[in-house]
Amino acid sequence: MAHKMNRMAAIVGAGTSKLGAFPDKLGRELFTEAFTDMLGSVDRGIKTADIEALYVGSAAPLSFEGQAHLAPIIADQVGLINKPAIRVESACASGGLALREGIIGIASGLYDVVLVGGVEKMTNLPTSEVTDVLAAFSDSPYESRVGITFPGAYALLATAYRHKYGLTEEQLMAVAIKNHQNGALNPKAQFCCSIRDIMTSRLAKMKEKGQPVPNWTSEMDFLKDREANPIVAWPLRLFDCSPITDGAACVLLVAEHLAKSFTDTPIYVIGSGQASDYSLSGREDLTTLASARAASRHAYDMAGVRPKDIQLAEVHDCFTIAEIIATEDLGFFEPGEGGRAVEQGITALQGAIPINPSGGLKAKGHPVGASGIAQVVEVWYQMRGKAGARQINRDVHLALTHNVGAHGASCLVHIYERR
Amino acid sequence: MTEAEFTSASFYQALHDKKLMGTRCQGCEAVYLPPRQVCPHCHSREVDWVELCGEGKLLTFTTIAVGTSQMLAQGYSRSRHYCCGIVALDEGPRVCALVVGVDAQKPDGIEIGTAVSVAFPEEAGKPAVLAFRARAGHKAFS
Repeated sequence: MAHKMNRMAAIVGAGTSKLGAFPDKLGRELFTEAFTDMLGSVDRGIKTADIEALYVGSAAPLSFEGQAHLAPIIADQVGLINKPAIRVESACASGGLALREGIIGIASGLYDVVLVGGVEKMTNLPTSEVTDVLAAFSDSPYESRVGITFPGAYALLATAYRHKYGLTEEQLMAVAIKNHQNGALNPKAQFCCSIRDIMTSRLAKMKEKGQPVPNWTSEMDFLKDREANPIVAWPLRLFDCSPITDGAACVLLVAEHLAKSFTDTPIYVIGSGQASDYSLSGREDLTTLASARAASRHAYDMAGVRPKDIQLAEVHDCFTIAEIIATEDLGFFEPGEGGRAVEQGITALQGAIPINPSGGLKAKGHPVGASGIAQVVEVWYQMRGKAGARQINRDVHLALTHNVGAHGASCLVHIYERR
Repeated sequence: MTEAEFTSASFYQALHDKKLMGTRCQGCEAVYLPPRQVCPHCHSREVDWVELCGEGKLLTFTTIAVGTSQMLAQGYSRSRHYCCGIVALDEGPRVCALVVGVDAQKPDGIEIGTAVSVAFPEEAGKPAVLAFRARAGHKAFS
């Protein structure tokens, strides 16, 4: 049964803060940076007073920066006082959920103009505490209690996938190399550099300090070095994991009949899907995310398009294995083929189906509640031909975002069209 | 045990008492662990406690270097890894667990399909953690 929207929402503005580690900035200040960036992107302008409601995704602001009840604070910062301000949470898919709730608000007829965003301020805590906060997104009394961390949960999937399909470490590494190459072209990215750049700078530092210099001749040599790229949760190593990030992103959503009054090139959201899944132990198949398969099926059916129609996708590569599984769950590749596809360059920036042109969570950074919206911002730039050095070299009129909560306990998929 | 509420607290109390308990749906006979009050399969609310034999096979695993603070407090570290996995119990249900009796420093030597048995917590007072031990015959490491 395909769900239909009574009326569609269109994106007419989009912006992000810089992503990275900003010890001197609060989450609200990063959100305001994204909001200011968004205001400047609306071709014919928007008055803040015309925005009717705010939806903000944030996964754990209480744990990360001691701030509960975040939505009114954000509303205050950007000048949306005395209006509905709603925080939504779906772990790392909080941003995607904020978008969906904003779309539903518009589809219902209640609002014509809403601000949808996401924010997370993660770097205040030391890594050990961030590990605990993220582990709590799993099934706490049964998964994190036995020691399963967030990388650990994806490592369990990677081991199962490796056993079933013969995944190689080079295939995982190819995801990281590709996404860093894209991130090197994204000035907002936390790691605006390729893995070769990182390797070269490490070598230079070692020489300068008079330390023994490793014999790395390629990115693969560097990534296979256990000192340079240590195990986090086998088979996942440091460079298989997205970083800990501060950042925010937002988009301006309007009812379809108003879209052209803001810009000649609105991006319509034509499909939205959301689904949840069992905890890890309840799942039949550990090589796929059933939530992603269900959410994408709903989104494709609503949009009336198929996977082969999609021209680019921003997917939830919180870990390299997650991107490989995502490209299969979304129907771009058969099960077990996602690893070979990345090795063959099919998902590269100018490949047949570019995946994560922004650099993905891996290189752009992963401020968990903001990531789902930062993906939408990239789609907005790519579909309007304004993505600068990382612009896809063909006309993009259909794109997709895939945003996962925790280890696939929730997933949101959205499909976009430029008409 | 048959009187105990179908809760996480009851499950962990049983584990302290060296019993691995799940719930069985009276409607469709599906067995669940962790315990459930409602059967997610047939939605029946009629469930019973069932003791599980504690034998199973390792479905998947990982060895963790950057652990939770609870595991770090037990002496695990970036140079002393621990193994977690999902165990398929002989009665059907699957469960996440700490895996002992394997060399967590050498994940290449750990095999999917390894036979495992429940290892009940020895120390009273500490929060019980569900653990399984690789059975003899496996390339075991004590």
